[in-house]
Amino acid sequence: MTQMVSLDKIQPQQSVGQPKIEIKNLNFYYGETKALKNISLQLPERSVTAFIGPSGCGKSTLLRVLNRIYELYPKQRAEGEVLVDGKNILDRDQDLNLLRTKVGMVFQKPTPFPMSIYENIAFGVRLYEQVSKSEMDERVEAALRRAALWNEVKDKLHAGGTSLSGGQQQRLCIARTVAVKPEIILLDEPASALDPLSTAKIEELIDELRADYTIVIVTHNMQQAARVSRQTAFMYLGELIEFDDTAKIFTSPQEKRTQDYVTGRFG
Amino acid sequence: MATIYPRRKALNGLMMGLCIAAAAIGLAWLALILGALIYKGLAGVNLAVFTEMTPPPGAAGGLLNAIFGSVVVTIIAVIIGTPIGILAGTYMAEYGRFSKLTVVVRFINDILLSAPSIIIGLFIYELIVRPMGHFSGIAGSVALAMLVIPVVVRTTEDMLNLVPNALREAGTAIGAPRWIVIRSVGYRAALSGIVTGILLAIARISGETAPLLFTALNNQFWSSNLNAPIASLPVTIFQFALSPYQEWQQLAWTGALIITLTVLTLSIVARSLTGRKEG
Repeated sequence: MTQMVSLDKIQPQQSVGQPKIEIKNLNFYYGETKALKNISLQLPERSVTAFIGPSGCGKSTLLRVLNRIYELYPKQRAEGEVLVDGKNILDRDQDLNLLRTKVGMVFQKPTPFPMSIYENIAFGVRLYEQVSKSEMDERVEAALRRAALWNEVKDKLHAGGTSLSGGQQQRLCIARTVAVKPEIILLDEPASALDPLSTAKIEELIDELRADYTIVIVTHNMQQAARVSRQTAFMYLGELIEFDDTAKIFTSPQEKRTQDYVTGRFG
Repeated sequence: MATIYPRRKALNGLMMGLCIAAAAIGLAWLALILGALIYKGLAGVNLAVFTEMTPPPGAAGGLLNAIFGSVVVTIIAVIIGTPIGILAGTYMAEYGRFSKLTVVVRFINDILLSAPSIIIGLFIYELIVRPMGHFSGIAGSVALAMLVIPVVVRTTEDMLNLVPNALREAGTAIGAPRWIVIRSVGYRAALSGIVTGILLAIARISGETAPLLFTALNNQFWSSNLNAPIASLPVTIFQFALSPYQEWQQLAWTGALIITLTVLTLSIVARSLTGRKEG
């Protein structure tokens, strides 16, 4: 399979752009429980960063801070700074809806909306843009092509989104996210509910998207992290243990705990 | 083991027998009631039932004014009660999901759900009929709306709670404001359940007599004036069934059959709506 890139083929870090996201001294609480401890980290632009670590290490929590989706629930709060293009998104005056159009998110389980394939994509576009019918047709097609789904669904755009297979649904969710033209895409274990073939397709897709988007992926699959990402952050018990080029993390990590985890000694 | 097993098997058979018997007894009553209704009610079904007014004692007539009154009063009750019920249910399942107020509202709503309808009737009598000085169709509608609200609140909340949180998060993650997520994702996903709740509420109120006795009263003649007493099927049945006149008694049977078939139809439609969602 094409995505089975061996470790020695991973490009060493070259001319990575400005940091798109800068996390400074971030702490996160679920009620009284501290889930993230003083995380600081810089994520470069137009590059794929992976968060890895055992269950409960805080990798998903960290991801959910980046679009403040945690705000849906009471008693969850973040302290510190998360700068996106230099602007602290944890500020009170940050408009959450606008933040989320800029920072898209794809979830573990495919979540097509209860509407047609076409409407699943048009829905997000319509929220902030006024586009004509023909323009919308183009936007939907472009998004579906981008997510490598167009050929499979072009003849049934008005069928329900839930009629697709799991892998197709996940690509529909990616198409939906891409359609609103975000700059950052957060992927929360996007392939863990999918079969190997669908997983391969999602990984190919991530490969294609990284030229245009800053991508952050949470995964518990280390091979996946090694295949798709340029930088990897290893987290453990709410702390950031090590953050470096993916190749380094997987071949010569500085921290013993990182090494133990990536070599499968625990986790 | 050799001794325990036959005993367990016998006990199992006994329990199953008891359960089946209990179910059969329940069903038997239902079958008897339906049988009697169809046997006695069907005899009186003719065109006049649907075209003529309720007659004076000893004369022939129909149930047109009562059917019409029931339909109007019910529709207005649903128009009043459904929006309130859906909005309250939406608050509880969406905006106030983690709020203490929701717990309080749910508790009170559950009480309201099982409140005797005669109390509702008396309450509306004090609230509307007395100040107005006369019985009226609108008072009947308000009383029935009080019965619609808790049913719709409950089903709306339950159905919205069944919508996976992942779907809400997905809608939010795309930048949709909360009310759009509720409208385009929540309501859409819960639609058949909410409609079922409304249908069940209609089924519930279409047989209610007590609240109407204190509010809409009755009217032997055609009236579409909501500011005046208006006829309804349940109250007409109540009055006619207790009368000594044979024609009235027959009309009461026929009216009862009409209500029962209406409720049955609504329940079946409600059932098929929820069933289809699973399929």
